[in-house]
Parts: sequence; C-alpha cells; structure tokens
Amino acid sequence: MRRENWTPGWIDLDTPNAARMYDYYLGGSHNFPADREAAREAIGLWPELPAIMRANRSFLRRAVQYLAGEGISRFLDIGSGIPTLGPVHEVAREDDPQARVVYVDRDPVAVAHSRLLVADDPLIKVVEADLTEPEDLLAQPEVKELLRPGEPVGVLLVAVLHFVTDAQHPHRLVGALRDAIPPGSALVLCHASLEGRPDQAGPHQQIYARTATPLTMRSREQITAFFDGFELVDPGVVFLPEWRPDLPESIEAHPERMTGLVGVGRRP
Amino acid sequence: MTAAPDPERGTADGFQDAWSNLLRCQSMSLHPRSLRRITASTTALLQRATQESPFDAAPVEQAAAQLVNAHFTDLRLLAGAVDLLQAQALPDRRSTAMAGAFAVGWAAALRDRTLREQDSIRIAVDAARLEAEEALRASETRFRALFETAAIGIGIGDIDGRILAANRSLLEMFGARLEDLQDRKVDDLVHPEDTPDVWTAYDELVHGKRESFQCDKPYYRGDGEVVWTHLTVSLIRHEDGSPRYQVAMMEDITDRYRLQDRLRHQATHDPLTGLPNRAAFFERLEQLFDTAGPTTRFGLCYIDLDGFKVVNDSLGHDTGDQLLIKVAGRITTALAPTGHLVARLGGDEFVVLLEDTRDETEAVEVAQTVLAALDEPVHIGGHKLAVGASIGVLERRVASTTPDAAVRAADLTLYRAKEAGRGRWTLFNAQRNARMVSRYSMSVRMPKALDRGEFFLEYQPLCALADGSLAAVEALVRWRHPLLGVLGPDEFVATAEDTGLILPLGRWVLEQACARAAEWPRRFGTTAPQLNVNITAHQARSRGLVADVARILHGTGLDPRRLQLEITESAALRPQDESLEVLNALVDLGVSLSVDDFGTGWSNLTYLRDLPVSALKLSGSFIGELDGDEQPGDADNAGWAIVGGVVALSHSLGLTLTAEGVETAAAAERLRQLGCDWGQGWHFGRPMAPEAIEQLAGHFPKSP
Repeated sequence: MRRENWTPGWIDLDTPNAARMYDYYLGGSHNFPADREAAREAIGLWPELPAIMRANRSFLRRAVQYLAGEGISRFLDIGSGIPTLGPVHEVAREDDPQARVVYVDRDPVAVAHSRLLVADDPLIKVVEADLTEPEDLLAQPEVKELLRPGEPVGVLLVAVLHFVTDAQHPHRLVGALRDAIPPGSALVLCHASLEGRPDQAGPHQQIYARTATPLTMRSREQITAFFDGFELVDPGVVFLPEWRPDLPESIEAHPERMTGLVGVGRRP
Repeated sequence: MTAAPDPERGTADGFQDAWSNLLRCQSMSLHPRSLRRITASTTALLQRATQESPFDAAPVEQAAAQLVNAHFTDLRLLAGAVDLLQAQALPDRRSTAMAGAFAVGWAAALRDRTLREQDSIRIAVDAARLEAEEALRASETRFRALFETAAIGIGIGDIDGRILAANRSLLEMFGARLEDLQDRKVDDLVHPEDTPDVWTAYDELVHGKRESFQCDKPYYRGDGEVVWTHLTVSLIRHEDGSPRYQVAMMEDITDRYRLQDRLRHQATHDPLTGLPNRAAFFERLEQLFDTAGPTTRFGLCYIDLDGFKVVNDSLGHDTGDQLLIKVAGRITTALAPTGHLVARLGGDEFVVLLEDTRDETEAVEVAQTVLAALDEPVHIGGHKLAVGASIGVLERRVASTTPDAAVRAADLTLYRAKEAGRGRWTLFNAQRNARMVSRYSMSVRMPKALDRGEFFLEYQPLCALADGSLAAVEALVRWRHPLLGVLGPDEFVATAEDTGLILPLGRWVLEQACARAAEWPRRFGTTAPQLNVNITAHQARSRGLVADVARILHGTGLDPRRLQLEITESAALRPQDESLEVLNALVDLGVSLSVDDFGTGWSNLTYLRDLPVSALKLSGSFIGELDGDEQPGDADNAGWAIVGGVVALSHSLGLTLTAEGVETAAAAERLRQLGCDWGQGWHFGRPMAPEAIEQLAGHFPKSP
C-alpha cells in the first residue's frame, strides 16, 4: 500500500537530507543550510568523503558504460537522488540514444527535481517509490513497463542499500527485485562498507542517524550476499576504484580508502 | 599586427596534453566520449584566444563556462587551469590575461550555476510540497467526508481531554452542538455506571501506555437522557512517539443496551417485590467468594415468614402478594442504611447478604432489625396482618465454606429457628449443622413443602373379609417432591420424625383426613368407612397431640368413634413411656387405637392386654409370604398356623384383626376361613385419591 503523506513534514528543509548532502559532496548547490552543515561536519571527520562520492559517481558511470557496451539500454536507478553529475541517461545515451531510464527515489524533493530536469524527455521517467516497499515499487506503471519481459534491464542500487536497516531486511528486498527482472538483467551495487576505514564507521553512521535515512554499513560478506542469484561480473566485489578502471593508473595507492564495495552481477 | 610565428610550437602541444590531462583527472563521472568532446571544444577556444589579436577574453570565458556546465566545478580545476594558462609562453602578458579571463568566466559560470541550482532545488521543493499538500488535501477531503458522514460518532480530543472535533453522528448522539462539547473535557463525561476500568484504560491511553481500548459506556445527553455507546478510543502519537490526539469512535447501543438491561433486570429481579432474585443473590454471593481475601468474613440472614400460607389460603393470593411486597419494603427500608443486599429467594423466603462482617454480632443485629421491622402488623385491604419471621443467621469466614454450603447451612439454621418456635433468629451452629446436613435433601424442603401444598393424601380400603364390604380406609400421606417425584410415607416420615416436622405434618394429615371423613356418614350412612390415620412415636409422645385431635374432631365434626389412630409397635409397647398417658387420653376422646405393622418387631404380647388398643394390623410382610390354598407346603402351613394364632390372640383380647398385604383372592379366602376380620392390600384396592375411595364407598348399599 502506498504511504499517505498526511503532513508535509516529510519535506523538512531543517533536517539534513541524504540526497542533498550527496549533492553537496559532489560540489552541487542543490542543498540547504542543514544539508551543508551536516555534510561539512562529515567532511570534517572524514576529509576523503567528497573523493569517495566522486569515486562512487565514477563507478556508476563505468558500470552503466559497461552495461551499455553489453547491449543493455534500459536502466532502473533506485535511489537516484539528485542525479546532476553524470546521470545514468547521459552515460547510457553515449551508446544508445534511445536508452530508457526510470529514476526511483522516495524523497519527494529529489523526485520533483528529477522531474524538472527530464520533464520533456519521453524516454525518461521519474517515480516516487520506496525500495523498502518492493511490491509497491514494482507495481508502479513506469517500472512495470520497464521490467516487461524480453529485454534485460540494468538495476542500479548505487549508494542506497546502506540506507536500508537490517530490520527492513535488505537482502529480501534485493531478492524481490531479482525475481522481478528479466533474465540477462544486471544488478549494479555500491554499498558503504565497514572495511577499509573501520575507524570512520561509527562517527559517520552517527551523522546519518540525524537524517531521515540513517546509515548502515555492512561487511564484505553481507554485501556479496546481495548478489545471491546473480553471476558476478569480473572483478567481483571490490573497492570503488578497483572496478574496471578507465586506465590502470586510475587506481590510486589506497583503493580501500574509498570504502564503498561495489560489484555488478548478471541474472542468468 | 600580424601574429608572430609561434617560436615554441612544442610548448603549445605540451599545453594541450597538460590540459586534457587536467580535465581527465577532474572528470571521473564523465563518459570518455563526453570528455573528449569537452576537451576538444575547450582546447579550440583557448587556442583561439592565444592567437587572436587583439586579445579577446570571450573564448576563454566561454571555455570556463563550458567546463562549469559540464560539472567541472571543483576549485582544484580552477587552480590547475589558471596554473596551466599562466605557464604558457605567450607574448604581451597574454598568459596572465588568459588566466584572468578563465578565472572570471569560471567564477561567473559557477555563480550562475549555483543560483540556477538553488532555484531548481527550491522549485523542486515547492513542487514536492504542492504535491504533498494536494495529496494531503485529497486525503483530508476523503477523511472529512468519511468523518462527517460516518454513521458512528467520531470525536477527536487532545491529550488533556479537550474535545477538538466531533462529527454529526456524535453530536446527534449527544444531542449537543459542537460548541457545547468544545467547552467540555473528556474527563467531564463521567457517568455513575462507568466501570472503573474505563477510566484506568483512559488514563493509560493518554499517557501513551496503551494504543486503544474498547468498552460499553453510558453518557449523559444534552437533555439529561442517557445514551449507551460501544466506545473505541485510539491514541494518535507525534512522530517522536509522544501522545498527541485521542480519537473516540462510538456506536449508539442504547436500544440494545436497554433491552439487555431490561432482560437482565428481569432475569435478576423478582417481578413481585422488585428485589434481586435468587439468581442475582447467588451471583453476588459467588462474586464475593471469588474476590474475598483469606480473612474476609460474610454473613447470611435466611428469612422465612411465619404463617404466610395461612394468609395465602385464607385471604387469597392477592393479599399474600401484597403482604410479600410490604414485607419486602419493610426489610429493605430497615436495612437500607446498612447497604446489605436483600433478595427474595422465592415464596416467602428472603435473604440478607452481609459483606465484610467483623463477627457474628453484626449478622445478629441485622436479624434483630428484620424481626423488629416486622413487629408491627401489616395493613392490607382492611386486614391487619401480624407477620412474624424466623431467621437463620450465619456469619463465617468466606474461606471456611462455599456459597452453596453456606446457603444450605443458613437454611438449616432457619429451620432450627422454626423448630424452636418461630418469630426468632437462630445462630448457625457447626455441629448441629453437620448433623442436619445429612438429612438436608429431605428435611430442608419439608417445611416449605407443607406450606407449598406439596403433600397430599390417598386412601386405601380395609375390607371386611366376611363380605368384602368397605370397613375402613387408611389415610396415607404422599409428597409430591418437585425434584424426586411422588414420595411415599416410608421415604420421608422417618426424616419428618427426626426433624420434628412430623408434628405439623401429622396435624395437617389429621385435619385433611378428618375433614373429608366427616362428610362420609351423611353421604354413605352407616356403611361409611371408618378413618384410619397413622400416628408416629414422636407424635404419640407429644402432649399437644391430644389437644390437636380434640380440636380437629371438634373443628371437622367427625365422630370420634369413626377415627382410629394407628400406632407402631415401637410407639405402643412402651408403657413406661409418657405415650401411654397420651394414648389413654386419646381413647378418652372416643378415638380407637390400633397397633400397626404387628408382628414385625419383638412384641411383648403381655402389654397388649394393658394398652388401650382395640385392633391389630398384621404386617403385610407376614401374609405376603403365604400362598393360597392349593397344595400348601410345610413352611406355608407353619405360616398360616401363626396367622391362626394371632387371630386367636386378637379375639381373645377382643381386638379386631386386619391382615395387611392381601394380594390375592385365595389369601383373602384363607384368612376369612381362619377368622380374620378385615383385610387390606392390593386385592381390595391400592391407595387411591379421595374421590376414588368415595366412589368405592358409594358402591355399597346404604343401610336403612
């Protein structure tokens, strides 16, 4: 069932918002003082955050680029946020100008913003839905249309699953998506990891605890388990910069500092 | 001015490499093809700026703007670009000019971009808000329609109990306007019939300790009437979980409740007196037992009116009912200050339940109060009726008994009060109670059975063996027991004898039988049968018996010579007993006596000579064993010989002998031959209704 917004309290500009903090890390201005304050505090604790976010964006681009090269031209970007930097459709269309993308987010501001960006593009849809309610998400007409059998789909869960708490059973949610996508479809995953910088995990999670979307970092095992039912594409589950770099030298000295673990899997 | 040939062509190539390298490092999110495009485009613009003369800042600014718009917004890009541009070996400080132009273009584009992004995010916020508000408005509209048109009453209040909103159904239910309700608080809507749980649950709800509760609750309407509701109250919390609103939904169940109420009242109240009935009393008593602590005490006063039946019989049931109403009123008025439960158990029985007593005196005081309240005669329709009551008083620890046992014990105690002479209270005595309990099932009902007319008489013929004519009839008492069916005297007379009830019962039998038999001489002349009535040992020792018999003979007009009292051997053959005096006095009244069931006990025959008896009745068990005349065996012969002996004995003492248990014509004939006078048994007729025996008497011709 669709959650009713009984109050506009959800649109609260005084509470830091993960999508807008992300935008700030990436140098965007789609944010408000509360977002900036929280993001600056996080950077103060962990100066590498903007770099990690850029690395994340770069991975997203490389993954889409890879899948487009594999012939996939339909993408479902769940937790798309405010995708101004290297949005999926821009990357995909480098290979196929007819590529179709459905952006999904549960933040009404992010959704409204995405709609403003792509208002005139018939091949791009923006849907307000919540990953934690997969039946509702999959029942959205735009999503159903995109997932209709026949053509494989690239499903992107980039920097979104760590906003799903254990109590919300993230593995079950991914399983629900896996069961709904056509064979040959791909799962693109990027997830904040406890590895690499365990010293940062605690304080960082505390900053996000103040947002509407608290952060849950997970272990490599837990993250790899999201690919149950998929076949992992080389090089498997690795740190952000390690996944199919543009040039070998793009991998800096300490890839583990970019603590996101990433991977791409194909549904047989 | 002609552009000088570039002296360091290699340097220009070096710049282009450094430039594309700078862009690549800052463009991880850009598709390589996009990167190539923007690199080519900006390189061309910068190239133009290096060559054009005079220097034009526009292409440099344009290149900077292109980069900003392609997300090259990192300040490190600006620093890197300025460094590269400045390091160009160009004439006329053109390198510096380009670096400056780039910084200007970049800053201006970034400022534009920032403002654009701020605008776009604000527009997005507005759009999202608008949508949310629209959704809210739509859902609010739906909710309002639901709220307003719902058939159930809905009210919303804050946590302090202030009523904020109420729908039409609720206002109609309460017969109030919203303004009336808004002045009030939920706490004001107390009704005396609220169960305490309601307000406990309410308190828990507003303090966030429970999410909802349901109950049936009455409210006062605006017009003072009561509306009964089935109420559901739910808590609505703030996002932080703290209680925010309460929502009450109520269904008007007044009609259903009134019906239930009426049915319940009917089920729990005596329609005549309006007092709680037996069921209600037991319900309360069981409740008391369920909730009592180990030291809790309670009391019962079991009240039975004295002589109520007389009123009922002589003045009619209407008067009896009036009397019960007045008595109920007197008892409740007298006990009202105590608050004890007064219930009517049925008939003329009432009970008072005392809860949480200290000791016996409290219960005794209640009994005394009740007796005092009934002291004054009751006026009904010109009659002044003196009503007394007997009361069994019991006061005990709840833990020491059970509801049923307690009521039984109080009833038995009452019975002792009756026995001790009515108009008094008797206190429960554990030992006596134990003795009486074993006889309870009979004895406890018997006094009421007499009042309720559960006893009745049948008559069995005694016929002259010589001609078969009806010589006498024996009156036999029967008890139509409400649970056990019709009981014969052998089933209950012993109990009556033990409990003393035999005295009133015997009196009643005599009254009934004598009244009936008094009519017979007029109807049947000299063939009218003699009346035989049994007297028990207890009766025979009772000094009141002689007076009773005299009074009854006088009252009914029965000729004493027509009455024969049958006494058992055990009663008759104890001359040293005071019964001999009684027996003599009876004979003096003109009544004859017979020894009943002769031959069953050990009889010292010599006393027969001294007793004032005129007849013997040979036990039926004696005759029943003997066959008729055909081929008599040895044992039979001996039996008949004994009968013959008894016949001789009787006749020698001048006594009429009746053989009981005569079941066959042969036995009757044999007895006749032996000289026995009368016979009784199924051969002559079973015990029968008075009308039947009178019909039998009518068959014999009237003597002239």
